[in-house]
Amino acid sequence: MNPYSPYEPPFADTPIEHPSQHGVGTEDGTSANSDVFSRRTFLKASAVAGGGLMIGFNWFAGCRPAGDQALVMPDSWEAINAFVKVGSNGVVTIMSPNPEIGQNVKTSMPMIVAEELDLDWDRVVVEQAPLNTEHYDRQLAGGSQSIRRGWQGLRVAGATARRMLLEAAAQRLEVPIGELTTDAGVITHAASGRSVGYGEVATDAASVPVPSDVALKNPADFKIIGTARKNVDAKQIVTGKPLFGLDTKRDGMLIAMIVHAPAFGRRLGSLDAEAAKAMPGIRDVVTVNVGLSGDDRNWSDVNAFPGFVAVVGETTWQVLKARRALTVAWETDTPAESTADHERDLVRLVNSGRTDAARRDGNPDAAFSRAATVVEQTYTAPFLAHNTMEPMNFFADVKSDGAELVGPIQTPEQLRSSASNLLGIPEGRISVHMTRQGGGFGRRLYGNFGLEAAAISRAVGAPVKLVYTREDDMTQGTYRPAYAVKYRAALDENGALIGFHVRGAGVHGSPLFPNRFPAGAVDDYQAENFGLESNVTTGAWRAPRSNFTAWAEQAFLDEVAEAAGKDPIDFRLELFERAMSNPVGGDNDYDPARYAGVLRLVREKSRWDSPRPGVHRGVSAYYSHNSYVAQVMDVVIADGRPQVEKVWCAVDCGIVINTDAARNQVEGGIIDGIGHAMYSELTLTDGVPDQQNFDRYRLIRNPEAPKEIEVFFVDNGIDPTGLGEPTLPPAAAALSNALYRATGTRLYRQPFVNQPEGLEVREPVG
Amino acid sequence: MAVFDLRVNGENRRVDIEPDTPLLWVLRDHLDLVGTKYGCGIAQCGACTVHLDGSAVRSCSVPVSSVGDRPVTTIEGLSPDGTHPVQRAWLEHDVPQCGYCQAGQIMTAAALLDRNPSPTDDQIVQGMSGNICRCATYVRIRAAVKTAAGL
Repeated sequence: MNPYSPYEPPFADTPIEHPSQHGVGTEDGTSANSDVFSRRTFLKASAVAGGGLMIGFNWFAGCRPAGDQALVMPDSWEAINAFVKVGSNGVVTIMSPNPEIGQNVKTSMPMIVAEELDLDWDRVVVEQAPLNTEHYDRQLAGGSQSIRRGWQGLRVAGATARRMLLEAAAQRLEVPIGELTTDAGVITHAASGRSVGYGEVATDAASVPVPSDVALKNPADFKIIGTARKNVDAKQIVTGKPLFGLDTKRDGMLIAMIVHAPAFGRRLGSLDAEAAKAMPGIRDVVTVNVGLSGDDRNWSDVNAFPGFVAVVGETTWQVLKARRALTVAWETDTPAESTADHERDLVRLVNSGRTDAARRDGNPDAAFSRAATVVEQTYTAPFLAHNTMEPMNFFADVKSDGAELVGPIQTPEQLRSSASNLLGIPEGRISVHMTRQGGGFGRRLYGNFGLEAAAISRAVGAPVKLVYTREDDMTQGTYRPAYAVKYRAALDENGALIGFHVRGAGVHGSPLFPNRFPAGAVDDYQAENFGLESNVTTGAWRAPRSNFTAWAEQAFLDEVAEAAGKDPIDFRLELFERAMSNPVGGDNDYDPARYAGVLRLVREKSRWDSPRPGVHRGVSAYYSHNSYVAQVMDVVIADGRPQVEKVWCAVDCGIVINTDAARNQVEGGIIDGIGHAMYSELTLTDGVPDQQNFDRYRLIRNPEAPKEIEVFFVDNGIDPTGLGEPTLPPAAAALSNALYRATGTRLYRQPFVNQPEGLEVREPVG
Repeated sequence: MAVFDLRVNGENRRVDIEPDTPLLWVLRDHLDLVGTKYGCGIAQCGACTVHLDGSAVRSCSVPVSSVGDRPVTTIEGLSPDGTHPVQRAWLEHDVPQCGYCQAGQIMTAAALLDRNPSPTDDQIVQGMSGNICRCATYVRIRAAVKTAAGL
């Protein structure tokens, strides 16, 4: 039995780096430090530039100005390195390397390059780089690591380009380079009053030897980082331009849709496609298998239904109708499972006598036997679908000697590798282009749909765009695991936490991080991980494990604080104080000072110590993806029902690149956390998903979102850490803790809407 | 198959298709107007919202045969250059995250403001309740609708 999910990516969450570990590789095998940017990028890029060849191209929609106004495009471009092309008129193109799934990296990553290059942001255009492992490292959207891991390399790319432009300008003006300054794309020699634009020296700069060591700016001098810059695609989005994978269209392109088994545990039996094939516009109906095994399989190859039927035709509606005319027989492969079985087995597992300590400090049994008070609770949550608004889709044009893949994918490198293995075509002959993506949330880490498009294209000998219906998407698996966790806390007669014991289990894999808080703050501590196997596939879902554990842990600590007779913030701060002054164990996966910092900040900003009548407040704090987040949620009673009036959120993610867009991420993370805890579940009956579309799968809607969210970033100058995920995990606990104070009922099962007594006002507590 | 003469974004467009084809797929597959998005196909999410004779409708659930001579406006035709007050307000508030649902949100908001140029906060929230945003940009959507009402 594997205590962790086999479907979790290697970077699901990245542990903290302690000073003693600085420079040590992180979970996905590459360093998190300054060498992430590969030297060969510069060498290759400049060699390419010398040959007069353009690096990359914007396949999709042409250059787009970063600023609002339309830009006059230059007559020619000069590639300075893989990230920077300088136009003859001084307009600069910055390549954005990572997939854009709504986390705004297509704006924020180029901002970092532009900062070091000293550009006028209004004269920048941004292009989405295609997959190019020669030029870029870690072209992946996952683990909230794009900015953190890209930070140093992007700065070096900008600073190196600036240095090359300066050297070319020094030669042109025949002055020492040290006498030159740059600002907004112009190089100035103050002593002689002369200046040249970047565009004027770009051609010379492209042949300057790539400097090996360049100085980076002092963060105090930042002009672009730490400001609010609009989404570079915003104008395209609000005018409906083709940006997304589903918008892809090519000459001769056919539409493909799949039919996968209607239940987990079933597989394709027989197929009668004669009627469908005879329908208007239908080109072919084929059976396909994209299963990979052994060394051919990447971690990203999660697919509950590798064998399926594909219908290929001219238009989406024709294919949809032909699908209904298929007669498919499905066979039982493995026994059908239901949510009731999973819940029963998970709760049984966390309550069983089995012991499997992932971490044990001191003697927890002794602590519990001498406790004055023991608090014990079990928390559960169901599967969740990712439900990106843009359903899974991909374009593929596979020929005998090469393949072109285009679409929304968080892991283009893994997709190319798996496609190479599936098709038997070398990776060097497979191109992958990332479109803008209508949401990711982890689902597009698993590129089964890309492989499916490739296999269908090969089977029918034509370029195809594979389109999932919402039902195909929601029933495909790769769900957030279903979880159960049981906590026990031992308090002494003074209300001090003297023992802590947690047992976590999931389908698949435990939700716990054994070395996270409160590990390190309690002498006698034990964490145990259990996993259940299943024929239902699961995968990383925004803030893997944390999306559940933060709720359970922070709701439990609220109850423990109450049992100890302490204010919930004071109670946590005491524990952080202990973890700071005299930590238990050496590998605690958090920095207690930063953790306490966000709690203190949210306490101050929310005026926690000045309660208002009629406002019921809950607090929560959680560390994930290298960032610290604390939230206070204010619930009021309106029409007899609790409603979230305001959320106060303190975030320590180090340097914030794009301030307003960062607030947007925080707002979204909080509402996403509230919404899924309140309303969402994916349940199964005999292997069949009970929710297959948004008529039964409930997502939070506008009236249910908080009235107001106020965000406070800690300004500490620390290199940036994750932001796309870490604001989601604390939200559910801040909510359930506030609801408890409004209703007198504690919530132990998600979604909360299934426990209506927890949403009725009977006995406000505070 | 049947011929339909549609009036889309002020232009006459003729299509020869099956009469039960939803307007959504006519726009996307036949007229290359892909700004209107597919999200659920059952009128639950609002991503496919367009204006039919000035009213917001779910184009996934409108068969082309039912359109007749009523004018259709899509996100591409909301304004000639993206300067409709709702579009300007969306840019000012930098609403989108992934951006996929936003065309539907904007079309719903534009129809709402046509009907009620000065909505209350509650009318805005209720008026936007049919459109799901999975990135949960709801707070900004409300603020942008309010701004647009003042433009």
